Amino acid sequence: MVRAILGRALSSLLVVAGSSLLVFVIMYLLPGDPVDSLIDPSSATPEQIASLRHQLGVDRPLYVQLADYFGKLLQGDFGKSLLNSEPVLPKIVEHFPATLALAAASALLSVVAGVLLAVLSAVHRNRWIDVVARIVGLLGISMPTFWSGILLLLIFSVHLGWLPAMGSDGWRTLVLPAATLGLIGAGFIVRMVRNSMLEVVNEHFIVTLRSKGLSERSVMYRHALRNALIPAVTMIGMLVGEMLAGAVVIETVFSRQGIGRIVADAILAKDLPVVQGVIVFSAIVYVLVNLLVDISYSYIDPRVRRAA
Amino acid sequence: MRESATAKAVLQKRKWELPALRSSGRRFELSRLFVAGAVAVIAFIALCAIAPQWIAPYSPTEMLADSLMQAPSAAHPFGTDYFGRDVFSLVVYGSRDSLFIGLMSVVVGGLVGGTIGALSGYIGGWFDTILMRIIDTLMTIPGILLALAIAAAMGPSLTNIVLAVASSAIPGYARVMRGQTMSINGRPYITAARSIGVSRFGIFRRHVLPNSLSPLLVMATLGIGSSILAGSGLSFLGLGLLKEIPDWGTLLSQGRGYLTVAWWICTFPGLAITLLVLAVNILGDWLRDRLDPKRKEA
Repeated sequence: MVRAILGRALSSLLVVAGSSLLVFVIMYLLPGDPVDSLIDPSSATPEQIASLRHQLGVDRPLYVQLADYFGKLLQGDFGKSLLNSEPVLPKIVEHFPATLALAAASALLSVVAGVLLAVLSAVHRNRWIDVVARIVGLLGISMPTFWSGILLLLIFSVHLGWLPAMGSDGWRTLVLPAATLGLIGAGFIVRMVRNSMLEVVNEHFIVTLRSKGLSERSVMYRHALRNALIPAVTMIGMLVGEMLAGAVVIETVFSRQGIGRIVADAILAKDLPVVQGVIVFSAIVYVLVNLLVDISYSYIDPRVRRAA
Repeated sequence: MRESATAKAVLQKRKWELPALRSSGRRFELSRLFVAGAVAVIAFIALCAIAPQWIAPYSPTEMLADSLMQAPSAAHPFGTDYFGRDVFSLVVYGSRDSLFIGLMSVVVGGLVGGTIGALSGYIGGWFDTILMRIIDTLMTIPGILLALAIAAAMGPSLTNIVLAVASSAIPGYARVMRGQTMSINGRPYITAARSIGVSRFGIFRRHVLPNSLSPLLVMATLGIGSSILAGSGLSFLGLGLLKEIPDWGTLLSQGRGYLTVAWWICTFPGLAITLLVLAVNILGDWLRDRLDPKRKEA
């Protein structure tokens, strides 16, 4: 068991290294010079541009830049902002708790609402609750967050005045952003769990349980749900990626602090080292969460434990 | 005789109690209604994109100085914005870019991802191992973040948004296509084709490829919806092109500043995005249920 976990951890480390490499290569290959965001290339002399490139180190060969990049990453140096030379990592670490709170609240909301609706929907197949669940599922994956967020803001802050429209301190500021982001998550989970419930219901062991005379309630809640939840746990891992990405838009809409906001601002300022830093950081978080999901798998599903 | 009449009455009563949801036949009609609605929405938006001048009552650039930021009315069903432009006409004209981003990203992403996946699955060996490691690694980077970084590095333009959204979708398509190619490749009829001497490329082109395409097609249909969402998200964040006729995401983000005084400027473009994506997703679900025999019952 410990060996299996260590193995997974090691391969996660490799994946993190791989994604940092990929992010670097993608940013390197893309057209556009980092110098352009600092000075106007039409008014600067070629000497000025060259000296700036030299200062930033982008005039060195790729392999030197790459070695430098990895060397610094290992020491926790995620690069510096082009605009104010502020190191990227401390800024990310400072703002990450706000994003984490948003992601955690949204994930909790999507799992609770999503699983509940999906189960009710599968148990009461083709009844009104099923129709509601399917509509929530469809709307959740169809509404742009920047729109649903603005609508919630309009209704609950501007018109009703129940909740604050912006800011990131206290749970009251978390309600609307988490509801916005949670709705998408709930949409994904409803669709996924409902389908896997309906698939599980057709399996032989469910037929056996029914023929044994078990009550429908027991069949559905004790046996079908437990089996249907296994793929849903994988979804939670994937959802974290969605939440981190969703934070970029949500934190902009609700004027919240967080790493999503850092990216949104950095993009408009063309501050690529900051964008790159946040992406690498998100990839690390994503890989870590999925590692945890993988490990928890072996506790939930005995079949995985035996295979490992 | 009398009994059957009672039974009939009971049945009729039941039908009346739960209209459209009782039997599977009835439910089918409900889904059909959804699909019909979805087709109508898509057709209308497509018409807006092709011939906006037939539908929009005003020119999208026409500024009516005497009607700035007017609430929705008979003359302006979606109201007017801060320049006195008719929001309904702006939404109609904006459909072109939004639809273009959605469709083109799927075409580009699906073609590139599908090709990578098919080659990887069919050739196999170290080629497959290396490609799939790269794809797995790419999948650890949240799609929107990748798209954002690409769009930011390349600068705001319609093509760059398409490329950014498409490249963030490539890993997903590649994975699905690879899995499908490998599963088809293991079927007895492929072995049969090989045993009668069909060339490797011939088997791929005539048997493996056509039989692997349907999951990719379903994924692409559902992908149009998420591409439209991703593309409009990028424009919302300011990576859209600042043009005379903005796309829906840009329109919405421009209206955000007037939220407290003119709710309609951002509400209607968002509604348009939601309706279009909803329609595409309903169609995608329907297509998936039709093409996947395992899910036909469900």
